[in-house]
Amino acid sequence: MGRYIEEDPQARTFRLNREVLVSEEVLGSEITRIFGRCWIYTGHGSEIPNPGDFVTRRVAGRPVIFCRDRDGQVRCHLNTCRHRGAIVCRERKGSTRQFFCPYHGWSYDTTGALAGVPGDDAYGEGFDRSSHGLKAPPRFDQYRDFWFLCLEREAPKLEEYLGAAMDYIDLVIEQSPSASMEVIAGTQEYDVAANWKLMVENSVDDYHLPSTHATWLKYMANSGVDVRPRTDEGLVLPAKGRTVDLGNGHFTTDNINYRGRPVARWIPIYGEDAKQEMEGIRRELVTRLGPERAARVADTNRNLVVFPNLVINDGSSVTIRTFYPDGVDRMHVTAWALGPKEESESARARRLDSFLTFYGPGGFATPDDVEALELVQQGLANWPDDPWSEMSRGMGKGPEDQLNSDEHHLRTFWRHWNRLMGEGS
Amino acid sequence: MTGEAIKPVLAAGPAVTREAVEDFLYLEAQLLDEWRLDEWEALLDDDATYLVPSNDCLDGEPSGSLFLISDDRDRLHQRLLRIKSPDCHAEFPPSRTCRMISNVRIEGIDDDLVRVAANFICHRFRRYGRVYCFVGRYRHVLRCRSDGLRIKERKVILASEELGTLGSVSFIL
Repeated sequence: MGRYIEEDPQARTFRLNREVLVSEEVLGSEITRIFGRCWIYTGHGSEIPNPGDFVTRRVAGRPVIFCRDRDGQVRCHLNTCRHRGAIVCRERKGSTRQFFCPYHGWSYDTTGALAGVPGDDAYGEGFDRSSHGLKAPPRFDQYRDFWFLCLEREAPKLEEYLGAAMDYIDLVIEQSPSASMEVIAGTQEYDVAANWKLMVENSVDDYHLPSTHATWLKYMANSGVDVRPRTDEGLVLPAKGRTVDLGNGHFTTDNINYRGRPVARWIPIYGEDAKQEMEGIRRELVTRLGPERAARVADTNRNLVVFPNLVINDGSSVTIRTFYPDGVDRMHVTAWALGPKEESESARARRLDSFLTFYGPGGFATPDDVEALELVQQGLANWPDDPWSEMSRGMGKGPEDQLNSDEHHLRTFWRHWNRLMGEGS
Repeated sequence: MTGEAIKPVLAAGPAVTREAVEDFLYLEAQLLDEWRLDEWEALLDDDATYLVPSNDCLDGEPSGSLFLISDDRDRLHQRLLRIKSPDCHAEFPPSRTCRMISNVRIEGIDDDLVRVAANFICHRFRRYGRVYCFVGRYRHVLRCRSDGLRIKERKVILASEELGTLGSVSFIL
């Protein structure tokens, strides 16, 4: 029995100590042991298509510049002046030849090299300009244009870290005939007054769907989607779905689609006009990938978590979502829409429209997720007298039989988290 | 419901005035703040849209960029069904809101359509001291019908850099 997790395979019970969701000490350890050691999603190459393009954001709590340098190489610079530490790039995004510190005027080119120091004759021989370029995170790498940084120099290679999660990233990218996906303009940035790990759970926990998202299901039903739950095999949802442990703390749901997909399963919300184009999208998939893989791409929904804080939901649309704690009881969430680069205007419009039926702060579902997580965090004030969260659904079943409404994947996350925190074996 | 009975929507007349538009916006604000959503829905024309662009892409179109909300008339009706349901957890119990509207101007009149701009502050209150302060601009396109003004387009442009502590837009902003 550990401090945070009590697991009993015989009794088929698993419970989690709620202290991990309220403790400042735990959060401090997470910053070091998790965000300081894991690969953390930084950005997508399509956000900075041309030399000189940049976006600024916080990644693993660090202000960074994600940019394409003048030679076309994608880079990540720590957004802090080597002189006194000020932020050197304040715009959200843009294109530039230089980053310029407003404090004393030091400037850097897009490769990060120090380009200008006002009054540099005041420095002695010991001042080495070449060693005063913008710092990069210790590690920075990409998988299929998804760029990640890592603050631990000795971390495994990104592809080794991602492991089996790569196949699920591939399934998303295979929507595009040219295997080129792009982040679409428009960013959703919102806070949730809850511990960041609750968002990990919520992103893949399909057990909550019938109750949390009752109004979304009603909306789907009103629009002509059959959302009656199957009651066989212990199912609580309209179609069968399972969960997969991908190793290294990554996991995914893998669900048979009932709710429509822009690529490529029509539902009435898309309108009669869309049918023909969507049939064409499906034909292209089958021709390119073969019937089996095309069905994986077009007829399944997958909510993928790349440990610790990247979620790629490939459902009503594709969303990339990342989040980072701001204290034990608040997180900042950033979400983007992703679509095939060559998508037609009508298909792009359909993708974005479909996104808003479910996802985002104004969607028909996400606001109720936010409310649910905030209710959990409020209830957790009782943790000293009610310290254990229950997470035993599906315990004792084989990994192949784990339903998306079971809690196998949540246990996978927590066991991995526990190991990194130095608690489990 | 508290509040007096809804007044008849003001007749626009041949020359719509700022005063008439202001009264319309104030009435709309009152109906939303008092959660009289069926009466608010009666202010919508048959082709009404409700748009909230993402904070970092205010000039985008919903067909090409990600919005927070992009409802056509049908989806807006579905949204109201959702918000009125006790199963809409984000709005149960319903938020208390209070809107202040100012800087109202008629920006243009094109046949039977009036383009209106206004600034707003909308405070949303939940229990335990949670206060959310939405600030921004309304861009309405109103249609002058024989029976009064109706909403053809309702665009809400948020002033904040990101939603951030505002969280969700789970009510009609």
